Amino acid sequence: MKLADFVMIPTEGVPECRLTGRWTLRALASQGDDWRLRFERAGQTAHLSWNCLEIEALDSCGALMLWRVWGGKFPEALLLQPEHLRIFERMAEADAAASVTAAAVSPAPTFHSTHASVMAMGQLSLRLSNHVTSFIALLGQLVLDVFHLLRYPGDLPRREISANIYKSGVRAMPVTALVGFLIGVVLSYLSSLQLRQFGADIFIVNILGLGIIRELGPVLVAVLVAGRSGSAMTAQLGVMRVTEEIDALATMGVPRSLRLIFPKVVALGITMPLLVLWTTTMALIGGMVSAQLQLDIGYGFFIETLPKAVPAANVVIGLAKGLVFGIAIALVACHFGLRVVPNTESLSANTTASVVSSITVVILLDALFAIATRGIGLPKL
Amino acid sequence: MSHSVISVRNLSTRFGVAWIHRQLNLEIAAGDMVALVGGSGSGKTTLLRQMIGLLTPTEGEIRLFDEPLFGGGVARERSLRQRFGVLFQNGALFSAFSVFDNIAFPLRELKCLDETTIRDLVMLKLDMVELLPRHAALMPAELSGGMVKRVALARALALEPELLLLDEPTAGLDPDRSDSFVRLTRMLGEELGLTVVLVTHDLDTLAALATRVAVLAEQHILAFGSVDEIMRIDHPFIRNFFHSERSQRALAHHH
Repeated sequence: MKLADFVMIPTEGVPECRLTGRWTLRALASQGDDWRLRFERAGQTAHLSWNCLEIEALDSCGALMLWRVWGGKFPEALLLQPEHLRIFERMAEADAAASVTAAAVSPAPTFHSTHASVMAMGQLSLRLSNHVTSFIALLGQLVLDVFHLLRYPGDLPRREISANIYKSGVRAMPVTALVGFLIGVVLSYLSSLQLRQFGADIFIVNILGLGIIRELGPVLVAVLVAGRSGSAMTAQLGVMRVTEEIDALATMGVPRSLRLIFPKVVALGITMPLLVLWTTTMALIGGMVSAQLQLDIGYGFFIETLPKAVPAANVVIGLAKGLVFGIAIALVACHFGLRVVPNTESLSANTTASVVSSITVVILLDALFAIATRGIGLPKL
Repeated sequence: MSHSVISVRNLSTRFGVAWIHRQLNLEIAAGDMVALVGGSGSGKTTLLRQMIGLLTPTEGEIRLFDEPLFGGGVARERSLRQRFGVLFQNGALFSAFSVFDNIAFPLRELKCLDETTIRDLVMLKLDMVELLPRHAALMPAELSGGMVKRVALARALALEPELLLLDEPTAGLDPDRSDSFVRLTRMLGEELGLTVVLVTHDLDTLAALATRVAVLAEQHILAFGSVDEIMRIDHPFIRNFFHSERSQRALAHHH
């Protein structure tokens, strides 16, 4: 490939710059900055006469380079192949258009930094209130669905509820069991190290029983379910929105909330307490195994002491937490799923927001539970 | 006005601060095949979505079959929605269901047909859109663009609607498939005596399918009439739309 080049020919006082070779993007790119600087310096010579007749190929990149050296206008003395003239004319047109646009667009109004922060706060609160209103609308629609079902029990979406119970409950059993068991082992091991120092080995039953049944079990399951089923629900609804499947349902007279949202909420409301029971049991078994190995506390003794150390009210509190957390996770997941707009960024952002929000909501609800039940099920001092 | 299938009265739509429609009126009579055309952003699809009750207008009212779209209880709203079928731009097939289940879905929703009847009806609809029985087992992801539209059309026709609404029926199809889909829609429309409303910006589709054209511009229905009547109107949008070289070719081909 013949590269671009230039020759300066002094003729009768008026120097001529003769251009040869290929003035194209690929050729120029391989020529390096040194050559380009040399050319630009040579191009500054006063009253230069340009001879472009021997150029083999010229594309817009090469033309732009020449146009820049010429200072954005045709030089006084120029020899040009007729087919190249059009390229340079286009440069002139583009320059003219750019200057017109630049003149028409007034500089963007700049706000004082305090204004910007006030505006940001305003935007944030508007967004928040938008979230709150659409969440309340979702809740209201669910209540209407319940009334509708009381009048027409035949419309109960049984298959959808059953499918959701299977997906979010049965399929979650292995992972919740594993996590529960291991957390039980770890908690028991760490507690036993401390308890042995005080010779209070027996209290391992109280610590594990109360901690796991009342607190750790429900929260652990909620976090797992939010990450597992919550994200899946948001993504499912989101994709259905992107592909207009939800609209298609609506035009067939199938109410989307009754068919898509109600079954998810009901299913998680049913499976969460059951998963809490399951995971709590697994965690207690893990703790029991670890206590036997570490502190030599027998299985029989552990099981016998558990009901005495942990009042039965704690089991009820744990299950109630499961129910409330489950409904909350499903609602948050559906809320974000319905906010997805047709682009990939929105889908991922809403799925993330769904998981983060539902875990946050669960922790907040847990704190409320702790306050509301502070007098129930705790051993008297 | 009792034989209007769709009647839009004094409809206005606002998104944020921008008015999309202002005082828009449109009456579509039974048996018409109406193409809704307009520049991009003129609110064609918005109007279509309002007609099928997915969006509510800011002001004004839309009546289908002389009934309001909303209100009167779930049962009435549902039975009204069973009188029209919609073909969405990308088909909007339920991606978790096979072709068979997609077409069977609206039939199963009726809860009054047994499975053998539903099976026979689905096969009938598949035949109507010129698909083979073996296609019934495929999933939407395995279908070509043209087949997706056919299945979606079969699903839209499953409940024997009186009104068919099509959103860009030929967008994304190559000219050959697009022609055969238009021919199929036209044939079915005439055979079943459907009222058809389509949103399109493809002149070939318009010329082949529509008996009447509604031009949506400047926030209202600028003109409503047969293709010939519309072409005689002197308006910048209509000039651009119908009198470009490409449009002339498309229209000449079909007349």
